[in-house]
Amino acid sequence: MSDASLTSGAAPTRAKKSLMAVDVRTRKRNAAEKRFRAYGIAAIVTGMFFLIVLAVSIVRSGLPAFSHTVVSVEFNLTEEQFADAESQLFKTKAYEALLIEEIRSALVARGLDVEFDSDAIARLLGKPGGTLREHYRANEQDLGQPVRFELAAASRVDGYLTGRVTRDTLQDSRFLQGSDLDLIDALVDADIITRAFNWNFIMGADTGVDNPGGAGIGASVIGSFFMMLVVLVLSLPIGVAASIYLEEFAPQNRFTDLIEVNISNLAAVPSIVFGILGLAVFIQFMQLPQSAPLVGGLVLTLMTLPTIIISTRASLKSVPPSIRDAALGVGASKMQAVFHHVLPLAMPGILTGTIIGLAQALGETAPLLLIGMVGFVARGYPDGVMSGFVDPNSAMPAQIYTWAARADASFYEKAWGGIIILLLFLLTMNIIAIILRRKFERRW
Amino acid sequence: MGCKITMGVIAEIPMTGNIMSLTKLTTSALAIAAMSATAAAARDQVQVAGSSTVLPYASIVAEAFGENTDFPTPVVESGGSSAGLKRFCEGVGENTIDIANASRAIREKEIKACAENGVTDIIEVRIGYDGIVFASQINGPAYTAFQPSDIFNAIGAKVLVDGKIVDNTYNAWSEFNSDFPNAEIAMFIPGTKHGTREVFEDKVLLKGCEDTGAMQAMMDAGMTEDDAEDACLDVRQDGKSVDIDGDYTETLARIDANTDGIGVFGLAFYENNQDKLKVATMGDVSPSTETIASGEYPVSRPLFFYVKKAHIGVIPGLKEFAQFFVADELAGPSGPLANYGLVSDPELSETQKAVAEERTLGAGS
Repeated sequence: MSDASLTSGAAPTRAKKSLMAVDVRTRKRNAAEKRFRAYGIAAIVTGMFFLIVLAVSIVRSGLPAFSHTVVSVEFNLTEEQFADAESQLFKTKAYEALLIEEIRSALVARGLDVEFDSDAIARLLGKPGGTLREHYRANEQDLGQPVRFELAAASRVDGYLTGRVTRDTLQDSRFLQGSDLDLIDALVDADIITRAFNWNFIMGADTGVDNPGGAGIGASVIGSFFMMLVVLVLSLPIGVAASIYLEEFAPQNRFTDLIEVNISNLAAVPSIVFGILGLAVFIQFMQLPQSAPLVGGLVLTLMTLPTIIISTRASLKSVPPSIRDAALGVGASKMQAVFHHVLPLAMPGILTGTIIGLAQALGETAPLLLIGMVGFVARGYPDGVMSGFVDPNSAMPAQIYTWAARADASFYEKAWGGIIILLLFLLTMNIIAIILRRKFERRW
Repeated sequence: MGCKITMGVIAEIPMTGNIMSLTKLTTSALAIAAMSATAAAARDQVQVAGSSTVLPYASIVAEAFGENTDFPTPVVESGGSSAGLKRFCEGVGENTIDIANASRAIREKEIKACAENGVTDIIEVRIGYDGIVFASQINGPAYTAFQPSDIFNAIGAKVLVDGKIVDNTYNAWSEFNSDFPNAEIAMFIPGTKHGTREVFEDKVLLKGCEDTGAMQAMMDAGMTEDDAEDACLDVRQDGKSVDIDGDYTETLARIDANTDGIGVFGLAFYENNQDKLKVATMGDVSPSTETIASGEYPVSRPLFFYVKKAHIGVIPGLKEFAQFFVADELAGPSGPLANYGLVSDPELSETQKAVAEERTLGAGS
């Protein structure tokens, strides 16, 4: 009965219209779909727009950090001067005074037609003392003969050459005076002050607030690298083992449910909490050293573990049960089924999850605040693997944060430059993830 | 058995080989962690934390210390005077900090907290003075001369109007002082965790409260002196005054975005950003190293660091660092600290002697 009434009701409408003729409802549906597509495209365009704005502003603000203004001078330090400088308390300052005197007499001999005094030269130079002392202590054979140095200029001189400081905006101060600009112009004409690629920014370590020219991000890149090593080596095996057990072996009961809920909750815990935990457990209880990448890595491992466990479990779940059943069916033990068949198939997902977790950890500053990795943690490169883990070091995001808070505008530029390096580091990690994923990917 | 499984795994899927080597890596990482726990017993660098006002100076000295001696560069953390002193007072031992920087003197309460945790011998070192300046956007309204009373009228919670204490409803500076431009009140003052806030309250708000007669009026209305003082320090909560918990860079960003804004900065920070900021006089004195050193400029405060005496001789370079910090070459009038903006202490030689003798708080001072 119902069948009959249905057909009788539907048949007349069908008969009137051709499928090709578009009726009102179809038009509405089509319009809705078109609108939805438009929304989607609008969303993508908005996203792309912000991405481009972000990328452009980062590159524009950060690029100046990769070049700097250098003063190239020939310096001749005698053995007596060396011994005299070394006998003082503030040795680097003594080197600077000698250098300034040498530059002054060289400029006088050259006959520059601008007026200048030793103070003006001191204002143009950054803080070359450390570089000079390091060089002569390592190369005592250079004493008594002229050596060519390319020394970073003061930050305002750098600003003048890049346009950050102009004649109009410059306020006379002990940092730089209006009359110094004539001297700078003359020295630029004489090719003594030039622009050069700033290798020191990529290779160097942090410096004091009055020496932006010498600051570099290299040491904190190493710090981040060692931290990531700790995170990888600890969180990958622990995370994968935990998720394999929970996913494949653990019985389903209240206790495992509780663990699962807690892991999901842990993933949402603010990262600063892990910092407090790290301070209490690793530094105060276990007596591990402060400001060490090892402790930073351990704290970030705690933070990364839930992310890795969740993504690993998701990728284990996505392996079709038929694979397990087939393996068990031909007589493999449960462990063999998991390790020979399920795990390799889940590997691309696990790797992606791990890299995402690592990338998150790489960008974290908050937990590092409490374990002493934010601030002035200027060290050169570690002497070896051991010292890379335990010697005080900063991390890239912490270094960027520190620079952004400093008074001198050229540290602000360096902070943006640091962001570029951080992004390159992330990009490298992502590329490795993609390569690994391609390598292990299997389709069925 | 285990061996057999491993062999089978390697033969079939190379991937699991990686898993095995990961296990090895994990073991070695744990071994490193264990080793470093023992290595921690020999910390070789000085560990400093505290005031973000002292941080720039400490970082200059730390860098120079690393460059000029054979000791490793000290680690200097920030976090504020109170936070630094709290960590300082956590106890004696290599996992606690050696030096706390502070932009105010240590309080009795903190000395007591220190003593409870076994930190009894504290060496107080005054490194110099810092001026607190009131600056606005260089192209902004002409704020040129402030009196403490103006600042109090602008941001005090309750002010004196026609002889009565009323809630502060001023919107523009010209409403209470016709010398000022008709610009909206917007002040960015240091948050309560900063040592700078205390100086600001003492030397500006309280002074302004007394000068305007608001404090007297409050006491006449039946308040005790202490209550009136507390009431004087209350800042209006309607958005005209904003607490900045971050550092001066944040204040600068707020000023950049608000033409009418006035920020509270350290002298050194202002001097480093003269192209963006203009400074106003306070009490008819313009801030400079000279007026601060002579005490003419009213809003200045001493800067300190505190050394744990128990760590001297245990942490290599600790005493040397403290001495290096206050040496004439560094903290003196022609040193790098003064060049950055520190007002050097006329009694520096006394401080040097105190550090050399390791004179502690309460003993002979």
